[in-house]
Amino acid sequence: MSAIRLDHITKSWGTARAVDDVSLTAEEGSLLVLLGPSGCGKSTTLRLIAGLEQPDEGTVTIGGADVTHLTPAQRQISMVFQSYALFPHLSVAENIIFGLRVRRVSRGERDERLKRVADIVGLGHLLDRKPSQLSGGQRQRVALGRAIIAEAKVCLMDEPLSNLDAKLRHEMRTEIRALQQRLGMTMVYVTHDQTEAMTMADRVVLMKDGRIEQNGTPEQLYNRPETAFTARFIGTPPMNLIIEGGRQIGIRPEDIRVVSQDGRAARVKATEHLGADSIVLCEIDGQPVAVRQNGFSKTAPGDTILLGWDSIHEHQFDKTSGRRLDTAAGGVSQTVSG
Amino acid sequence: MTGRSETLPATSRKPRSQAWWNAVNAWLLLLPAAVLLAAFTHYPILATIRQSLYFTKRNGTEVFVGLDNYRAMAADPIFWKALINNFWFALGTIPTSIALALLMALWVNRNIRGRGFLRLAYFTPTVLPMIAVANIWLFFYTPDYGLLDQLRGLFGLAGWNWLGEPSTVMGCLIVMVIWKEAGFFMIFYLAALQQLSPDLDEAAAVEGASRWYTFRRITFPLLMPTTLFVAINAVINSFKLVDHLVIMTKGGPSNASTLLLYYIYEVAFTFQDAVYAATLTVVLLVLLSTLALLKFGYLDRRIHYQ
Repeated sequence: MSAIRLDHITKSWGTARAVDDVSLTAEEGSLLVLLGPSGCGKSTTLRLIAGLEQPDEGTVTIGGADVTHLTPAQRQISMVFQSYALFPHLSVAENIIFGLRVRRVSRGERDERLKRVADIVGLGHLLDRKPSQLSGGQRQRVALGRAIIAEAKVCLMDEPLSNLDAKLRHEMRTEIRALQQRLGMTMVYVTHDQTEAMTMADRVVLMKDGRIEQNGTPEQLYNRPETAFTARFIGTPPMNLIIEGGRQIGIRPEDIRVVSQDGRAARVKATEHLGADSIVLCEIDGQPVAVRQNGFSKTAPGDTILLGWDSIHEHQFDKTSGRRLDTAAGGVSQTVSG
Repeated sequence: MTGRSETLPATSRKPRSQAWWNAVNAWLLLLPAAVLLAAFTHYPILATIRQSLYFTKRNGTEVFVGLDNYRAMAADPIFWKALINNFWFALGTIPTSIALALLMALWVNRNIRGRGFLRLAYFTPTVLPMIAVANIWLFFYTPDYGLLDQLRGLFGLAGWNWLGEPSTVMGCLIVMVIWKEAGFFMIFYLAALQQLSPDLDEAAAVEGASRWYTFRRITFPLLMPTTLFVAINAVINSFKLVDHLVIMTKGGPSNASTLLLYYIYEVAFTFQDAVYAATLTVVLLVLLSTLALLKFGYLDRRIHYQ
């Protein structure tokens, strides 16, 4: 019993609403990612779940119990901070077993659990070091070890990988996901990196200005964005949004083809070669459009090419509100007059 | 080959002259500080040590007397009295002022109303001129119509000559110095506390640590560099106190409030005995340099610096 539920949570700093009427559920044993640009309220939401902040309105439920007014310790959660929050004067071992000492776990059990956790996070040979003697990735593992040794069913992560380099980030992403599934933890994971969200999450909650923009599986967010903001936030490069004849339409770069006739004329500005594919950056009527092409694209800046796509791949958004206009499932577009 | 051997000295001379020029530059840059240190610190120390080994006759000639001055000092009861007084004074002021400073810093580091005002209030004793401070406290301690005795009067107690009684004079000085120093030390603790990441407190809270446990195992150990710095300052200050004594007690009654530096001051400028003052100064120097060695040699290695 470790599902997390937020009901109409609101938190303000002065007049600014950091979290504005947010409701969501993280199923037991699942990984929920809170995604969004900086300042969107995702970290505050996590801190509200942790009990490090008190909501102005709404309730927080963990495992069916109302924990809104409990302290972080009473909520029986573990947490990994963006800065890792390692105690600089304590050794790796002491950092990991800090919580066990607080709870007066016997020495024998402490040692046994430390050994097990050190094996899981791969720190067995570094237990006597101080955090300052570790690399960024190793510090991250210490923070992870401290979070899992408590064997709490709920684990909260606040941008845990943002201080690591790209390669390590990729590695840790896989490891954290594997760990979460192996230990059956309910995890809430905050990030601004949509790749992390797409690759790790069971469910993604995309936030903007303190509100939930879209709550769904990674696939739903990618294939059926509910708003133009979601469309632009998910995917690299993001979905192309083009104003065409009073309509705002969105097409994924991989859904656009270079055709020899009956296409829209586009002017090539630049080409990015990624190896397996290339991104051709061009303009249609002065509006930027990215096109993904397989292999090594031979287009050169200044070329004029013709672009075409199937109407089934068109997403339509309201020009002013940015809301999705069609209601059919599966990304099948219905022609909306306007 | 020949062309090469001709050009070699020319090319190798350049870096050598550059290194030489670098050295000259470095010494020139160090010179002002070095001159000041040598003239006003190192030379006086050496001169003091030398003087403590000589005796000056009336006609001005100096005679080497070895450790005679030190033997005379060991036989001087006032020296021992001053040394013991200083020991009690240090013991009375240092731990209390540090503990108080830490307490006040923890208090004003929190988000409370009137925090700025509190910080200012705690720091005020430090910015007041010492003469003024001494006079204010002189008023507190004045027999009969001083603040303390007026308070005692409210409870029907008789007046007490606080600074005139050997049993209370040291206590009075200790209280005043704690009042003056705690606010100053608080600033260092406050600065150190603000350097600590709030994440550490939150991480400890998530793990279920109480506030006292967090203070004991996290905050206090991380403040150790500051504690050491403050402690060294407190020790030095406890041996440096002169001005208040000049105004408030003049070392009395019957040397009950004479501290080492005040005794040196008296010997040198009231009794005009430069040789004996030099001997006493050497004792003070040895005391303070022992403490400095202790800090750099032992304590620094046991403390976590970030």
